[in-house]
Amino acid sequence: MLTKDQAGEIFDRIRKHSTAEEVEVLFYGGKSALTRFANNTIHQNVAEENYGVSVRTAFGGRTARATTNKFDNESLKRVVQATEALAKVQQPDRDLLSMPDAGTLTMQGPPSRHFDQTAAITAEQRADSVSKIVGIATKHKLTTAGIFSTSESVEGIFNSRGLSDWHTQTSSEVSITMLAGNSSGWQKANSPDIRNLDPQALAEIAAKKAIESANPKEISPGKHTVILEPAAVLDMAGFMFFDFGGLAILDQRSFLNNRVGTKLFGENINISDDVAHPLQSGAPFDGEGVRRRRVPLVENGVVKRLVYARATAEKMKNSEYKDKVGIIEPTGHGFPIPNEMGEAPMNIVFAPPKEPKSIDQMIASTERGVLVTRLWYIREVDPYEKILTGMTRDGTFYVEDGKVRHGIRNFRFNESLIHMLSHVEEMGTPVRASGEESFDMVVPAMKVREFNFTEVTKF
Amino acid sequence: MQEIAEWALSTAALRGASYADTRIGDERSRALATKNGKIASASDAESQGIGVRVIAEGAWGFAASDNLSREAVEATAAKAVAIAKASARVKQHDIQLAPEKPATADWTSPFKIDPFATSVEQNLDLLLKIDSELRSVAGVTLAETNMNFRRDEQWFLSSEGASIHQTKYTTGVGYTAYAFAGSEIQKRSYPNSYGGQWQNKGYELVEELKLVENARRVGEEAVALLKAERCPEGVFTIILDGSQLGLQIHESVGHPIELDRVLGMEANFAGTSFLTVDKLRNLRYGSELVNIVADARQEHGPGLGTFGFDDEGVPAQCTPIISNGLFTGYLSSRETAYTIGANRSGGTLRAEGWNRLPIIRMTNISILPGVHPLTREQLIAGTDSGIYMETNRSWSIDDKRYNFQFGCEAGWEIKNGNRTRMLKNPSYSGITTEFWNSLDAICSRDQWVLWGTPHCGKGQPQQVMGTGHGAAPARFRNIKVGSAYKGN
Repeated sequence: MLTKDQAGEIFDRIRKHSTAEEVEVLFYGGKSALTRFANNTIHQNVAEENYGVSVRTAFGGRTARATTNKFDNESLKRVVQATEALAKVQQPDRDLLSMPDAGTLTMQGPPSRHFDQTAAITAEQRADSVSKIVGIATKHKLTTAGIFSTSESVEGIFNSRGLSDWHTQTSSEVSITMLAGNSSGWQKANSPDIRNLDPQALAEIAAKKAIESANPKEISPGKHTVILEPAAVLDMAGFMFFDFGGLAILDQRSFLNNRVGTKLFGENINISDDVAHPLQSGAPFDGEGVRRRRVPLVENGVVKRLVYARATAEKMKNSEYKDKVGIIEPTGHGFPIPNEMGEAPMNIVFAPPKEPKSIDQMIASTERGVLVTRLWYIREVDPYEKILTGMTRDGTFYVEDGKVRHGIRNFRFNESLIHMLSHVEEMGTPVRASGEESFDMVVPAMKVREFNFTEVTKF
Repeated sequence: MQEIAEWALSTAALRGASYADTRIGDERSRALATKNGKIASASDAESQGIGVRVIAEGAWGFAASDNLSREAVEATAAKAVAIAKASARVKQHDIQLAPEKPATADWTSPFKIDPFATSVEQNLDLLLKIDSELRSVAGVTLAETNMNFRRDEQWFLSSEGASIHQTKYTTGVGYTAYAFAGSEIQKRSYPNSYGGQWQNKGYELVEELKLVENARRVGEEAVALLKAERCPEGVFTIILDGSQLGLQIHESVGHPIELDRVLGMEANFAGTSFLTVDKLRNLRYGSELVNIVADARQEHGPGLGTFGFDDEGVPAQCTPIISNGLFTGYLSSRETAYTIGANRSGGTLRAEGWNRLPIIRMTNISILPGVHPLTREQLIAGTDSGIYMETNRSWSIDDKRYNFQFGCEAGWEIKNGNRTRMLKNPSYSGITTEFWNSLDAICSRDQWVLWGTPHCGKGQPQQVMGTGHGAAPARFRNIKVGSAYKGN
């Protein structure tokens, strides 16, 4: 693994090649491996090691970036020349700030997210774990497909004003689909610490879903009470957080235009961004090296605050919206500069409800409804009302009189996220959830009334 | 590079690989973007490395490294073999590949102007000029432009004796105007949404597209949408513009014909397919007018799916996918072709870069134009009642590729053969085969454009790939319209 000391030496060499007023270097990369299985066979099995440097130079309001994965002097010189050439031809931008200094590092970071047990996992160990998953599939007369991946990564930043910060992390992930003749089940989990994963338990749950949803019946689309498992909540909710950046408001492309400070969701919705939360992951600094702060985004359904990169905060303070968006300050959520998106909260944590309910309790309290394991191919239909479309997948069930009755054919939904988070009847204890449409978050299962299914598919 | 590749192949053989191939990649890209009169992004990137794919003990292994020293390359090849041996612990049968004659070749995608040799200053000036035109329209609240270049050079060598050097240039350019008012955000894009038009061309693509000339109209349409009436809900005749039809092909033909999906290899992520092997040459996919090919050959055009050879050394081919409405072909690789008993791979195995395992990807999946001369205007003139929809805004389809829903940026009502009032938020939905069987007219070759879809995601770890889709405006009967807003 690339170390901070090695990175510091590379940064010194880059500085010597540069004529810019300011220089910033981002380091990224690591080792990753992924074992993929389908049809009860390991059919793809890969490993990679790759590191890169991304160099930003600045000349009086002009800035640009160039990236390479070669660290020899000639390559570093070429990448510096590339960024300087791109920067020098621009017209100065008076909104471009000087790079931050080391003073932004006063906040304490989260505990280590690097676990030797995760980093040490071998291809043989992954194969043995997959073998056990296949064994469970075979036991139930099912076919399985999925992944088991592990990685060890670095993220670092150095700039010519003396700022330097470094983050190492491990990650492990298991995703399992169990397939029967006309039904399927799915489970997925990830954690920096592989000891938190139980692939065999996940395989048993996925198998149970596949078996119990066999021979799915068709029920009519329309507005149904739904019980969304955490992965389904995650993949829906993930579509709104890029709108919580200050630049999204300045650009007038956010569904929060004219809505910050208003009660947009139900009283039971409380959301923050918190990189230090024990179930979260990721570096404690942003694309400029500013330490990430905890930001309460939604309190009792009211949109309270936005997140800001340094430059966005300055722009917002001087804008016509400055009195309508709550507290304006850099929060450590900026993307590497230059970029078009500004910033976004990437460590979302839903607060637990006063009375958490298990999924079984949610089912037991439901007269008629739909239990959803997972959602798929979600896209935004309407950017201001935040109407999303997508499909249910891999385990959709009909619930009646407090019991799961049978599997049902998958639905298409067209549901406003605002409507959904305003009609949450019950919630579970938030967990670290992993889906396919959004970054990982800490979210609860939710029971939602009047969820809008518009069509049904053929399986 | 040949010598480096030989290090990898020799080590793989010594460690026990029965087959090995290696790709050394040298990738370069540039991304320029503006937003509301300022530079939003100016960045260059380069990446170099080696990927080694092997079969050992009848199973696959793959390893990649950014280090091209002899020691690192040999270690990477050894790791690939060790991984393959680990894979062999969980297998049902040994991997078999359809035969392929090893090729020796050098191929470069044709271009007139090397995009990396053009002036960055002039490129930014052009984008800022477009930006200025867009924002000159009262009511435009956000203007975004982008220009992207790529140069991908690759050396492929295999233990069977293939040695192929390929270089591909890609250019993409486009812009979007947004208008926010009240409780609505509308947008219009040109030449297409989500990054514009992308082709395997040089800078000449930028010069061909009349970018500045269309900017004011695009801005005006974005603002006009705010006051337009909402597209009605019901069953209608619809006419789709070529770019939207290109995405319709991508989602409801291109993905379901991927043989890895059909065989269950993507079941955990991208999904499977309704096109089970019993449907080949038996399923009526579309009407008699539907002829779709998967064509990676240069003569098809400069699509993002055009190449000399795929990433396991199989030459570019044209495979008939739908012939006069009948389902006739899959996208295949050497492994999947062998599995279904085909004589040869269709040549569609591609990787995002040197550090990714090649998987089955779309090439250029294109609908052939109508035989008789027919312009878009003539098609509209021949339609009594319906809705014309243009430029994709949202897209979604189930994991077997039956049920889809698309939203477009703008629509227009057709009445008595005339394009009349503008309609906001048009959308349509349906079941794949029912939809393609409802096609009753498609415009002719002069209306046909080879569109680029630059960001198709598939695989674990996920890979992003560019695909091409030739299409002309076409008409579909009895289509469900407007359910995206039903109940909202």
